[in-house]
Amino acid sequence: MARSGLLIDYDFCTGCHVCEVACQMEYHYPADKSGIQVQEIGPWKITEDKWQLSYVPVPTDLCNLCAGRVAKGRLPACVAACQQSVMKFGPVQDLLAELESKPKQVLFAPK
Amino acid sequence: MDSEKIPWRWEEGGLTVTRSTAWSGPGCHNGCGMLLYTNAEGKLVKVEADPDHPYNRGRMSCVRCLALPEVVYHPDRLQHPMKRVGARGENKWERISWDEAYDTIEQRLNKIKAEYGAESVLFSIGTARDQAPYVSRLAYSFGSPHWITMISGYACYLPRVAAGILTQGAYLEPDLAQLYSAGCDDPNWTVPECIIVWGCNPVVSNPDSSLGTWVVDCMKRGSKLIVVDPRLTWLAKKADVWLQIRPGTDTALALGMLDIIVKEGLYDKEFVEQWTFGFEQLSARVAEYPVERVSEITWIPKEKIEAAARLFGKSKPANIKWGVAVDMTRQSHAAAQAIQALWTITGNIDVPGGMFSAAPPFGVIGMADWGTEYLSEEMLAKRFGVDKYPLYNFGFKVGQPDMCLEQMETGVPYPIKAAWIQTTNFLACTSPDPKRTQAAFEKLDFNVVVDLFMTPTAVALADIVLPATTFAERDGMRTFWQPIEIINKAIEPVGDTRSDMQICMDLGKRFRSDMWPWDTVQDMFTEMLAPSGLTWEELREVAPPYPPYEYRKHEKGHARFDGGVGFNTPTGRIELYCAAYESWGIDPLPAFTEPDDSPVSSPDLYAEYPLVLTTGARSWSSFHSEHRQIPHLRALKPDPVVEIHPDAAAKYRVKDGDWVWLENQRGRARRKVVVTPIMDPRVVNTDHGWWLPETEGAAPNLYGIGDVNINNLVPWGAAGATGFGANYKSMLCKIYKVAEGEM
Repeated sequence: MARSGLLIDYDFCTGCHVCEVACQMEYHYPADKSGIQVQEIGPWKITEDKWQLSYVPVPTDLCNLCAGRVAKGRLPACVAACQQSVMKFGPVQDLLAELESKPKQVLFAPK
Repeated sequence: MDSEKIPWRWEEGGLTVTRSTAWSGPGCHNGCGMLLYTNAEGKLVKVEADPDHPYNRGRMSCVRCLALPEVVYHPDRLQHPMKRVGARGENKWERISWDEAYDTIEQRLNKIKAEYGAESVLFSIGTARDQAPYVSRLAYSFGSPHWITMISGYACYLPRVAAGILTQGAYLEPDLAQLYSAGCDDPNWTVPECIIVWGCNPVVSNPDSSLGTWVVDCMKRGSKLIVVDPRLTWLAKKADVWLQIRPGTDTALALGMLDIIVKEGLYDKEFVEQWTFGFEQLSARVAEYPVERVSEITWIPKEKIEAAARLFGKSKPANIKWGVAVDMTRQSHAAAQAIQALWTITGNIDVPGGMFSAAPPFGVIGMADWGTEYLSEEMLAKRFGVDKYPLYNFGFKVGQPDMCLEQMETGVPYPIKAAWIQTTNFLACTSPDPKRTQAAFEKLDFNVVVDLFMTPTAVALADIVLPATTFAERDGMRTFWQPIEIINKAIEPVGDTRSDMQICMDLGKRFRSDMWPWDTVQDMFTEMLAPSGLTWEELREVAPPYPPYEYRKHEKGHARFDGGVGFNTPTGRIELYCAAYESWGIDPLPAFTEPDDSPVSSPDLYAEYPLVLTTGARSWSSFHSEHRQIPHLRALKPDPVVEIHPDAAAKYRVKDGDWVWLENQRGRARRKVVVTPIMDPRVVNTDHGWWLPETEGAAPNLYGIGDVNINNLVPWGAAGATGFGANYKSMLCKIYKVAEGEM
C-alpha cells in the first residue's frame, strides 16, 4: 500500500496547539504526551525589520496517522481540527506534488 | 456549503453526533460550529469542529472546545444549589433544593426591594456571552436598571460601541467575509488590500464575534498586514509593517497616521466631501501630531509610522481589526474617534472588504437590553453615572462601573443592598483593586453567585450558589451579528445543574410573570426569534441562516432610522468633529492624553517603577479567568508569566523561570519570568484573570488571588472623560525576585 503522509504549510501555522490537544483527546493521552507536538522556531531577529518566528507541528512516535479514523473515511484528528487548515493528509506521492508548489512546507511520513 | 441539508443529529460508529454552537459557558466571544459526540450512556466523549459550519469554516478556532469533556465532567463542577453555612469566605456550604434556593432569593430580594427600592439590587455579569439578554431581562423584571460588569471604565468593547454609535451611527467591524455562508468565495465580497490589526491578537484571542482565522484567510489571499502591538506576536512577525507601540499611546499613533494621510493627499476626497463632517477641523488637529512628535510619544520609528500610513492610505479596500487596547486606554473615546477617522477619510465605510456595520441578525434581539421597555424612564435614569456621563446613553443601557463601586461604598444617592452575580468572577478577573471590590460587596446584605465552578468571587461573597450547565447540556441560540446559530443540547445536565437561561426564567417568573409568559426556554427563544420569522424548532433545521448584507446603506437611505440618506448621526454624516462631545464639555476632536502612570506624565513614579507594564494579552488555553482547573489546558500554560526583554532581565537580575513580584504604588502580583526578545526592553507584559483552583479556597487565600491577580496593581476611579476607558494596559511597575518563604 502506498505510504501516507502529512503535508504541513508552516508559513501559516500559528502555533495554536489544536493539533496536539485534538490528538490527546482522540487517544486519551495525558497532558504530557501526544502524537504530534508543535515546535517553536525563534523568536530571534534576522535583520532590523525581519524576525524568525515560526511554528511547525511534528508527529511523534505515537502518531499512527489515525489509521482507525482513516479506515472509516475520516481525516486524522489533527488535520480535521487544524486552526488554519495548514495540514493535509494523503498518499506521499500526491503530497510531493503539492510540496513542489509553494515554499515553507514540510512533508512527514511518520510510519 | 449547503447547511440546510445537514441534520442536527445523527448516529456514527456507535456514537450519537449532535451539531451545536459553542457559546458560553465555558466562555468565548464566538460561535464556532461543533460536533458533540455522545456514547450509549449519554456521556459526552469527544468534540470536533463541524466541518460544514461556515462560521469557523470547519476548523477548531482554539484548543478549549476540544477539552470540553474535561470541563463538563470535572470533579469540581458545582452540581447542586448550596447555601452558605459558615461566615462569608469560610467556603462552608450546605446542599439545598432549587425550590429552597429560589424561595430564599425571592424573599430576600423582595424584602430589600420593599425597603430600599428595586434599584438597590445589582445584576452583575462578565463577558456574559450568551447570558446578557436573560440577565438584563431578569434585572428589569425585578425592577432594577442595573446589569453591569465590574470593570473600570467599562473598558471592554462597550467604549467602542458607544463611540461608534455616537459619531458614526453604528458600530463598525472589518469585513473579513464573515457576512457570508460562502466566506471568501462569496462574489459580493472583495479581499481587503490591507488590514490593520490594532490592539488585539485575534489568532489567539478570537475577540468579539470575530475569528483570527478570518484575518489569516485574507492574508492567504494577499491582504497586506499592519500590526500595532507592543509584542512581537506571530501576526506581527507576518506583518508588512509591525508598529511596536508604547502601551497607551494608540491615539497618538492614529493621529500621526491621519496627519500623513491628510498631508500626502491619500484620503478619499469624494467620500470626505460628501459624507463627513468636520474634516477641516480634524486636519488642523492632526497637524499638531507631526510624525516626529508621534514617534517620540509612541517609541515607534518615524519611518515605520510613515510606511504604515502610506500602505493603509493607498490600499482600497482596507480595514482595521480593532481590539480591546482601544478601550483599555483612559481616553478611549478619543482613541476610538481617531481610529474611526482612519477608515472614514480613506472611504472604507460600508464597502466590500472595508468596515461593515455590525448588528444583530435579522433584527433579532442581540447581546443584551432585552425588556428595557418594561422599565420607567425614571428608573432607567437611576443607572450609575448617566447624568455625569451622557455617552452611557449610547449603545448598551449599562451604568458606569466606577460610580457603581463608589455608590456601593457611600450609599449616595441611594444604597446598594444586594447583588446577583452570574457568569462573572470579577475578584479574579475584571475588577481593579480586588480587595476594595471585595469589601464593597461584603457590605451587601445578600449575594447570589451563578457559575460552573466555585470561584474566589463565590467563596468570598456568595450567600447562595447556583450551579449552571455548560452549553453541551442545554438548548439555546446565538444572535451576535451574523448568522443566527443554534445550540442543541447533547447531554443531560450534570448533577442538578440548570442552564443560565432557565435560571433567569425561573426566577424572573417569580418577580414578574408577565415578562416571562413562556412554559419552556425553547418557547422563549421562539419569541426572541420573532423578527426572523423562524421558530426555535425551525431554526434547528436551517441553522445557521445568514441575513443578506447590504453595502453602501448611507447612499440608499437605509442607514438612518428616519429613512433619510446618510448616516444615523445628528448631521447625517460621519462626525469627525463631534458636537455632542463639545456640548458635554469634552474635546470634540481626538487628542492624545498620556496614561496616568507613564515615563512622561509621572517621572517620579517612573524613577521608582522603571518598567512600563501592559496586561491582558490572551493565552491559547484559557478564556479570561476560566479553564485554570482543566488538566490539558492548564498544562499548556501552568503559571502566570511576565515577558521581559533579555536586556531588562539582566538589568533587574532576573532570569528565565524565576518567580518574581511585579509591583507598583498600589500593589503587587506574583509571576514567573519568561525572558524573550519579543518585548521592548522598557516594557513588560503579563497575563490577567489568574487564580489557583488547586490551592485553598477559604479566605484569606481565596484560591491565591491575593498573590496572582494582576489587578492588584490597577485602580478604580480612573475612567476617562466620557466615563469609558481605563488604563489596564498602561501602567508602571518594578520587578524583583520572590523571597524564600514567600510562596
